[in-house]
Amino acid sequence: MQSELLNMSCKELRDGIAAGRIKSAAATEAVFGAIEKYEPVIGAYISTFEGRALAKANEVDAKIAAGEPVGELAGVPVAVKDVMCTTFGVTTCASRILENFHSPYNATVVEKLLAADAVIVGKTNMDEFAMGSSTENSGLKETVNPWDTTRVPGGSSGGSAAAVAGRMCFAALGSDTGGSIRQPASFCGVVGLKPTYGRVSRFGLVAYGSSLDQIGPVTRSVADCALMMNVIAGRDPADSTSVDEKNAPVCDYLEKLDEPVDKLKVAIVPQFSAGADEPVQKALTCALDVYKKLGAEIIEVDMPHLDYAIAAYYIVATAEASSNLARYDGVHYGHRTENAGDYVEVYSKSRAEGFGKEVKRRIMLGTYALSSGYYDAYYLKALKVRNLIRGDFAGAFEKCDCVMMPVSPTTAFKIGEKIDDPLTMYLSDIYTISANLAGVPAISIPCGFDDSELPIGLQILAPAFAEDRLLRIARMFESNTDWHRKKPTIVE
Amino acid sequence: MGELRYRVVVGLEIHVQLCTKSKMFCGCALSFGEEANSRVCPVCLGMPGVLPVMNEQALEYAVLVALALDCKIAEFTKWDRKSYYYPDLPKNYQISQYDLPLGSGGFIEIPLEAGRTKRIGIIRAHLEEDAGKNLHTAGNFSQVDLNRAGTPLLEIVTEPDMSSAAEVRTLAVELQRMVRYLGVSEADMQKGHMRFEPNINLIITKDGVEYKTPIVEVKNLNSFRVLERSVDVEEQRQLDEFLETGEVMGMGNKTTRGWDDINQVTVLQREKEEAPDYRYFPDPDLVPVEFKCEWLEDIRSRLCELPIKRQIRFVDEYKLSDYDAGVLTAERSTAEFFERVVAAGGKPKRVCNLLTQVGLKLANEKGCSVAELDITPKDFAQVSNDVDGGILSASGANKAIELKAQDPDKPFSVIYEENNLIQKSDVGELEQIVEQVIVDNPKAVEDVTSGGKKSKKAQSFLLGQVMQKTKGQANPKVVSEILDRKLG
Repeated sequence: MQSELLNMSCKELRDGIAAGRIKSAAATEAVFGAIEKYEPVIGAYISTFEGRALAKANEVDAKIAAGEPVGELAGVPVAVKDVMCTTFGVTTCASRILENFHSPYNATVVEKLLAADAVIVGKTNMDEFAMGSSTENSGLKETVNPWDTTRVPGGSSGGSAAAVAGRMCFAALGSDTGGSIRQPASFCGVVGLKPTYGRVSRFGLVAYGSSLDQIGPVTRSVADCALMMNVIAGRDPADSTSVDEKNAPVCDYLEKLDEPVDKLKVAIVPQFSAGADEPVQKALTCALDVYKKLGAEIIEVDMPHLDYAIAAYYIVATAEASSNLARYDGVHYGHRTENAGDYVEVYSKSRAEGFGKEVKRRIMLGTYALSSGYYDAYYLKALKVRNLIRGDFAGAFEKCDCVMMPVSPTTAFKIGEKIDDPLTMYLSDIYTISANLAGVPAISIPCGFDDSELPIGLQILAPAFAEDRLLRIARMFESNTDWHRKKPTIVE
Repeated sequence: MGELRYRVVVGLEIHVQLCTKSKMFCGCALSFGEEANSRVCPVCLGMPGVLPVMNEQALEYAVLVALALDCKIAEFTKWDRKSYYYPDLPKNYQISQYDLPLGSGGFIEIPLEAGRTKRIGIIRAHLEEDAGKNLHTAGNFSQVDLNRAGTPLLEIVTEPDMSSAAEVRTLAVELQRMVRYLGVSEADMQKGHMRFEPNINLIITKDGVEYKTPIVEVKNLNSFRVLERSVDVEEQRQLDEFLETGEVMGMGNKTTRGWDDINQVTVLQREKEEAPDYRYFPDPDLVPVEFKCEWLEDIRSRLCELPIKRQIRFVDEYKLSDYDAGVLTAERSTAEFFERVVAAGGKPKRVCNLLTQVGLKLANEKGCSVAELDITPKDFAQVSNDVDGGILSASGANKAIELKAQDPDKPFSVIYEENNLIQKSDVGELEQIVEQVIVDNPKAVEDVTSGGKKSKKAQSFLLGQVMQKTKGQANPKVVSEILDRKLG
């Protein structure tokens, strides 16, 4: 019963709870049972809120018993990446500099989850300030991959992906600046969507690269992803970069989810995808075969500027980060050094003590790129490359409904394997970064396994604000394959 | 030593605090004097995860000033981050406008002596957010009050078109008058609503060769007096320094100095070599602003006649002195009220006297504008005409206005009557009194009739005697005529 409950989709669970067949309290207790069992090994959470979660679950159960209306995620236990502000618990960004930081406000997405009657069970581990591809940059704890505990869960939303795969919640929110939802989803065999830039409010998302950051769901099925999008998508007056719904309406992403896209045209970028490991390429080929069998036409497109995506990304993202992270200075909140002689030392020592190595590296890179005399050569040039990449996508989408490529060139790598080689680590984002630079939505869905039984993800990219079609295309694959049903051995 | 001549060259940066309902990028109310850190929210505190949302009203106010300064309004503008670390700056960057200011290439007319004006170029006008305040009140630590953080500031940068400290002050005063006219700032100097940073250097001609001294920016001056004084002091200091060292303007940035009010000197703050790198880049949290024609026209329609133009017109149209016109146009409401009184039939010069001598005094006492005194333009026009018609003396008119302000419902006829304000102009009645005075004061009469240097004084004395006998109610003009006739 316990594991049957834990393996339910959000939608099944929500329907069961709403119909009174299942108690949210039971589901929540089951989740905390799983946390007790797996968390000591997996380490997905920075904090959990058992008392608070059970109280919310009971409240939802009582509402349902009383026949009162409930929200779209009524009683469903979910997790939130610890980069989103909550008035309960701490909001650490997995950084020692914010280790004891209590936010005075909730992120808009958190408010939306609460309004939808979701049960927030905890906040998940991540690379510090979302900078990394393995969650090894967390300043607070280690998270391992539920499929192989000697391997990384991916990053930066590694805790969210590991918690969802490890049945320690039914769905989670992650954030994606260069692949931080899709790559861990792919490494952990779950679904991860980075929505269009501007689709989901960033208010309360602790900023890394503001023009790239986007919050999105990590789930065990495309349908759950659609359900989560129904809750979190939409214009927020508190976020000027969230998009006016008059221009780009939010729709009910579940409504037509099971309708296949007619005359689907899929584009691939063969020379670009060729850089991936052989099992990854093979899985992509098999996935394309599935779509072919479903009647899709596969075409090849040329996107010549994708090769420059990593270079452009590591300038734009780090430049913005160097400015966004300037506020963590020990003056107003967060870690303050105990050894300052004057106020300049309050800054330099608090930051030296509070930030980890990778965060410092990116602040240095970004500061350099924005410095007088270098701005034109780096930042301005990166913006031009970004425009060319947008152009590549615009050109491609004139010819197709979506582009498909790998999520990551490899499957989950060993803990410690790349941590001392930042450039190799950066290259693992090669397939995910362009969606952030172009602002388009992209999803990762399970599409196979390598010889070590490690999951492989298929990445599908769609035009801006076409999340409805993107989800339908992903759903076509999911309803004709079983990859998403496989469970990590640890939870079997 | 050969001939040496020099002139001072000054450009000005001015920060004007706009009187919007809320801060530049959040919903907090603007603050002055409230308990420290009581007007703050996560956004202006720069908490993790917050995002700014632009205040439309601030943008409107800023564009209104830019239009009044005859600036070209950018079709497209954006927000930039200016990075520097300081405890009063919670995000450690300030949201400002760097390479695309909302207004550029304008000018402002400033009044010079004798009704002449001078045009000072405006390089740019842009919006930004203010920082908080560091308080150094306690022992070995400082405190930060962020009530002011995020307050909308309009920064205006002039061309180096001013050539004296007096001109710099005049521009500052003119700008204050302008922003008050437009209703976009209280421009209260005591509350720090206007802050000035003059950029000063000298052009020296020595032995037929021209030298330019290095540019000095004096930071953060918040009164007209200190602004003017600092330019004078800096002028002398730069001259002395040039004579001593011969240093001239070089490449690179300017030196900044602060003002030491106790010693009345400028003090070195930062050498030019230490110029900070602000690492400006477009703020990704805010969307660029496009000015639509319709919107701009709507703002343009809110422009009013500017104070300097109005002052000149008052001199031309109403034949007022430049000084009087200046007083009447100092506040928009006063100028508009003046014109309403004139429209109601008052003679301009007389109305001007009434308003400047008693109207403004009363308004000042009550802390309101002249228009809010409960005395209508028609009332003022009536009193003004009663003076011109000889019914009231000038002082009687002032008295009548004062009484009217105390009791607005009482008609003037009653006020005049109850307070014996109506002048005696009846020639027959006054002749008798004059004759009596002539009889009583033979010595003065003799002084008048014999002419000479005592004559004028003696005639005034006789007039005074008549006024005394009539308890001040005699029309002095009529009395003088009678005296002239009788003693002439």
